[in-house]
Parts: sequence; C-alpha cells; structure tokens
Amino acid sequence: MEPTAFSYLVVSILMFAIGTMGVLTRRNGIVVFMCVELMLNAVNLSLVTFSKMHDSPDGAMMVFFVMCVAAAEAVVGLAIVIALFRNKQNIEINNFNIFKW
Amino acid sequence: MPDSVLSLVILLPLLGSALIGLTGFMMPGFRKQEKLIGTIGTFAVAIPFFIYLSVYLNFSHTGAVDFTIIDWMVAGNLDIKFSYRIDELSLLMGMIVTGVGSLIHMYSIGYMHGDRSFYKYFAYLNLFIFAMSNLIVGDNIVVLFLGWEGVGVCSYLLIGFWYEDMSKAMAAQKAFIANRIGDFAMLVAMFIIFAELGTEVTGLTFQEILAHNFSESQTFWITLLVFIAATGKSAQIPLYVWLPDAMAGPTPVSALIHAATMVTSGIYLIVRLGGLFLMSPTVSMIIVVVAAATALLAALMAIAQNDIKGVLAYSTVSQLGFMFMALGAGAYTTAIFHVMTHAFFKACLFLGSGSVIHAMEHTHAVKDPQDIRTMGGLSKYMPHTSRTFWISTLAISGIPLFSGFFSKDEILASLFFTEAGFGVYQVVWFVAVITAFLTAFYMTRVTYLTFNGKERFDAHHHPPHESPALMTIPLYALATLAIVGGLVGIPYVVGHGQYHQLNKWLTEAHVVHVDEGTTGHEGHDHSSHEGHDHSSHEGHDHADHGEHHDEGHGAHYAHGDHGGGLIVTKHSIHENATPTKEWILMLLSTVIAILSVMMARNLYRKHDLAGDEKVKGIFGGLYPVMQNKFYVDELYDKVIINPFVWAGKHIVLAFDQKVVDGLVNGSATFVKNTGEMFRKLQTGVVQNYVWITSVGVLIIMTYLIFG
Repeated sequence: MEPTAFSYLVVSILMFAIGTMGVLTRRNGIVVFMCVELMLNAVNLSLVTFSKMHDSPDGAMMVFFVMCVAAAEAVVGLAIVIALFRNKQNIEINNFNIFKW
Repeated sequence: MPDSVLSLVILLPLLGSALIGLTGFMMPGFRKQEKLIGTIGTFAVAIPFFIYLSVYLNFSHTGAVDFTIIDWMVAGNLDIKFSYRIDELSLLMGMIVTGVGSLIHMYSIGYMHGDRSFYKYFAYLNLFIFAMSNLIVGDNIVVLFLGWEGVGVCSYLLIGFWYEDMSKAMAAQKAFIANRIGDFAMLVAMFIIFAELGTEVTGLTFQEILAHNFSESQTFWITLLVFIAATGKSAQIPLYVWLPDAMAGPTPVSALIHAATMVTSGIYLIVRLGGLFLMSPTVSMIIVVVAAATALLAALMAIAQNDIKGVLAYSTVSQLGFMFMALGAGAYTTAIFHVMTHAFFKACLFLGSGSVIHAMEHTHAVKDPQDIRTMGGLSKYMPHTSRTFWISTLAISGIPLFSGFFSKDEILASLFFTEAGFGVYQVVWFVAVITAFLTAFYMTRVTYLTFNGKERFDAHHHPPHESPALMTIPLYALATLAIVGGLVGIPYVVGHGQYHQLNKWLTEAHVVHVDEGTTGHEGHDHSSHEGHDHSSHEGHDHADHGEHHDEGHGAHYAHGDHGGGLIVTKHSIHENATPTKEWILMLLSTVIAILSVMMARNLYRKHDLAGDEKVKGIFGGLYPVMQNKFYVDELYDKVIINPFVWAGKHIVLAFDQKVVDGLVNGSATFVKNTGEMFRKLQTGVVQNYVWITSVGVLIIMTYLIFG
C-alpha cells in the first residue's frame, strides 16, 4: 500500500496516543517529559501533513512556533526536575504530593 | 392658651424623666444632689397641674381644648397622631394625677433620702406620670394604649426598684405579666375596632369610635375584652394577684401607682368608652358580678392580714371593686367620683404607712417593720401621721361628711335602684353593703392596732419619731382633701341634684361639642335644660335597656345627636328613686359604717391583739383560708403556671434544642462531610490531575464532534 497523507495522520495519532498514555501512567519524571515531547512531535507531524494537504504554508509556520515553545518548555521543565531531584534524590512523581489534602 | 403650653402637660414629665435619668446616668456627681433632683421631678409634675388648673378656670370660655403634638402613624387607612383633648373627664383625671402626683413626688424626696438610686427613682416616677398623662388625655385609642403599656412598664420598673432582692424582682415580673395578659385583650379589642373603622381613613379617635354603630356581637366582644384588660390594670378577678405583691416596691410608688392612678386607668377607659358599655347590658352585668366578688373576697383577705401595706393593698382591690360595681350599674360619673375620693384617702393611707414603716425601721427593735403585731401606741410618737391616718380611715369607712361617704353611698344607691337584671343588681347591692361593713372593720382594726393601744415593741433604745415636714405636709394635704373632697358630690336628694357639682361638671361634657359648631355659649344653655330632663329621659331609656338592647343606636346615650359625646351621662339615681328611699339608704350606710368602726375599736381596745382571736372565732374554718388569701396564688401556680413551665421545658425547649439546633448544626455537619468527601480528590500528584483533565477534554470533544 502506498503511503498517503492519511497514513501520516494515523502515525501522528498513534504517536499522540502513546505520548498521552505515557504522561498518564509513567512514574519517572524524565520519562513523562519525553512523552510530552513525543506528543508535541506528533502534533508537529499532523500540522505539516495538513499543510501539505491544503497546499498552504500556514501549518508549517505553526510548526516553527511549536518547536520553539517545546524547546523552552524542555529547558524549564528539566530545571525543575533537577531541583526536585536535589530535594528527594529521586524523580518518582508519586512522591511529590505536598499539595495533598 | 397656646398649644405649645398645653403640650407641656404631656412633655414636661417626659423631659423631667429624661433630664434626671440621663444626667444621673452619665454624671455620677449628679446623683447626690437629692434636693435638685427632687425639685426637678416635682416641678415636672406640678407645672402640668397648674396648667390644668388654668384650663379649668377658663373652661366656660373655651370648652374642651385639643392639641396635637405630631403625627405618628400615617399609612394606608391609618391616620394616627399624637393628639390630645382636655375635656371635662380628662381634666378632672389630669388634675388628680398631677395633683396627688406632685404631693407624692414631694413626699418621696423625704422617703427615698439616702437611697443610692435616688435619681433613677425620680426618673421612673416622672416617666410614669408621662405615660399616665398620655393615657388620660389622649384623644385616640392608640395614644391611650401607649400610655396603658407605659404605666405597666413603669409599674414594673418601680415595683422592682430594689431588684437585688429576688422576691421583689419576682413581684415586678408578676405584675408585668398579669398586666400583659390584660393588654392582649386590649389589643384584640383595638383590632376589632380597627377592622370596623379601618375601611376608611381613621384616626381611631374616641369620637369616631363612639359615633360608630358597631354590631351587637362586636359591641359585646369589644366591651368584654376592654373589661378583661381593665381587670389586669385595675386588679379585679382574675388578674388582681399582682397588686398585693406589688407592695414590694417603695411605699410612695404604692401610693401613686397602686392607689391613685394606674389602677384607675381601667375605670377611666370604661368611662371613656361608656357609650359602648351602655349598649352591652350583658357585659355590664358581668362587670358588676365580678366586681362584687372581687370586693368581697379582697375585704375578707384584708381582715386576716398583718402587714400594714398588705391590708392597704387588698383594700385597694376591694375599693376598685366598688368602682367597677358602679360602672356595671351604668353610673359612670359615680365611679369617677369614687376614683377621686379614693385617690385622696388611699394615697394618704399609703404615705402614712410609709411614714410608720420608716419609723419602725428606725427603732431597730422589730423583725418586720411592716407587721402591725409589733406596733401599737404610735400616736404618741407620730401625731401627724396618726391624725391623718385616722382621718383617711374614717373617710374610707364611709363615715358621713367625709369624702368616702358620699361616693360610696352613691355607688350603693346606683346599685339599689338599677331596674334591669332580674334582681342581680340588688344582690350585688347587698354584697356591697356587707363589704362596706368589712371595709370599715378592717381599716379601723389596722389603724387602731398601729397607732393606739399599748406598745408591742421596745421603744426605749431608739424611739420612733415623726417624719420630716417634707413628708407630713403631703399627708395633711391629702387628709384635708379626704375630708372635703366629697362635698363636690352632694347627693341628689338635697336640692334635686343641683349641688352635685361633680356630676354637673362631667355631664355637661357631651353638650359642649366643639366639632358640631355649637359654641360654648349655646352649649351652656343647653346643659341646664338637659340636666332637668335628664332623669326622666334616662330612666326611660334604662327601662328599655332591659328588653330591647339591640338597636345599637347612638341615641341611647347621647342626648340624641351630638355625634358621640365623650362623656356618658347616666345619673346614678333613676326614675324609681324616691327621696324617702334615698334617705333610708343613706341612713343605712351611716349606721353600718359607724357600727363597724365602733365595733372594731371597742374590740381591739378591750383585747388589743387578742381581738383577732374573736374575729377568728367568728369566721371559724374560713379564717385560715382568708389568711392564705384563698389559696388563689397556689391555684394559679398549679393550674396555669406549672403547665406552662412544663410545656416550656419539655416542648418548647426540646424543640429548640433538637429541631432548631439540629437543623443549624446539621447543615454545618453536612457541609463538613461533603467537603471531606471532595477533598480526597486533591492527591497532590500531578498525574492524577492530568488524568482528570484529559477525561474532561475527551468528553467535550465527543460532544463537539457528535453532539
């Protein structure tokens, strides 16, 4: 079967789904971050695909923004993770529950 | 006389009260200035007396004067103002209240000397005069009710003046509650009146009320309820029980409130609404029977009393019974006559007893300074008090030519000659005669045992002494009035009633009717003319009364058509009264009075205190009942008060604690539990939050795509 535009969307959905499941279930903070990046990449893919489907550069432009934000967010997020590690010597997210009732 | 001066009659006592009360409250230094406080208080009551006096002197020119101070309730169909009217009846009552009142204020300066709440006493006393003035001078029934409630409050404040003593505080509470029950009846009567009159704009003035034709059942209920209210205020069965307890207050309070003024407000109200009462022979009969029972009962209780103020208290209840008997017989002016004479001699008696109590306290030789069993022979030490007390005793006993004789005899005659009622009035007459005999007896007893005979206390260490002039001058003033006060009411047999000044004064009222456009001049001619026809006219009406009392006509009581005259004219002597019968009755009263006084005096002169044994012998088994006041208080306790307390504790308190508190606490608990349930959502783990967020996103997306 020839890969059509639709297949790229399917890949994108799969990536997004896997990313979401990862965010919701994984216990290691770094892995959660990786899954977030995975979700962002999935979105990038779908944006590029749509841009190609409609022959318009809009989608591709949005990708640049998304990537920029993802990078900044990764920086900040990892800085927080390092600070957390300094506190508890591990990144088990279930341990960080100070806001518990 | 300008309205502003007239309104001083109402406002000055209020101002006096506020001035004394607030200054004393805020400036402790002021409280020691007894002379200043006493002077302000006395003048606040004396100046109104002189204003009334000048209104009286100008009365033939002006007739009744009315004045309004300010609007009160103007809403819907109500247009009630603070409006007042000084007509013959309110002028007379006003002069009694302020006249006797200022004498009592003067006496109090001496009596309350040294009391640490001296200023409070005078503030309350002035407030009382203010309320009483509203009651008697008010032109509409709402202002009257303001005064009505006001005197009840002041009575409470003054009876419980020494409230640190629990029993005195309880006495005050008892007085207020008994009064309140009567007030409830009064309110219902006012509501009935308003329901009738309120279909148009009304000020609920007495003129409107008396001019209106109420239906027969309305008249019945209004008069019955007003009478019940009067039993509360004027201490008749069933609501008299507060009066003997009220002796816990300072003696001048007893003199003013419970002898001369407040207790007469019930009688005043009935006279004011006399037109309604005349149209209600059933209620009049009820009044006369209840009054007779009260008078007799109270007299019996008085014989067995050993507290000097207790005897006077029961005597007051009994004398009020006499006044109500007159009201029941339709003899309204007679009732007012007895109000006046009673005010004089009873106030004198109470003030005299205060003098005695002060003296006995001073001896430090007796356990109870009010117990007559430890008195005796005081006339030696207190000649002024003794003299005035004896004069007043003779007056109340009905000895001829003293004031009590005239008024009491008129009451008896009015009962004897009433035609309607199937002989009930004559039976009541008989009861009244017996009560008069008992009155003379117990009064002579208490006076003799107090002032004469041998001393039953140790007089050597601190002998009793007479009271200062500030206290004895009012005694003499009142005693003088007790002697001559009856001469305004020379009976009809002497000169066909033309010497009965009081009756002429009061009955001219509804003829000089300012609103109708009759000038004072015309009114005067009218009165002499009407006065003549009066007895025949009234006699006829009265006979009608027995048979058909269903017309509800204004004509029955007014001389026809003066649109609701304020005073009802009902001579106490009716058509069938022949001069011979009247003279015989007067002779009978005289004989009974003199006989009773002599019997008592001889009995106690011979046996001193042991004379009581003879009395006990006569009454036999009834005596302990009399001494225990016929167990009425105990009966009320058992039948009324205890059930209420039980219901209060077990029903109301239980309801309050379980239901109301349950609801309040329950809602708080509910909120708390719900909160606890929901806070478990906050786990603190970010992943859980993301879970929930994504579920929510899913739901919204589903809705957006498919919904």
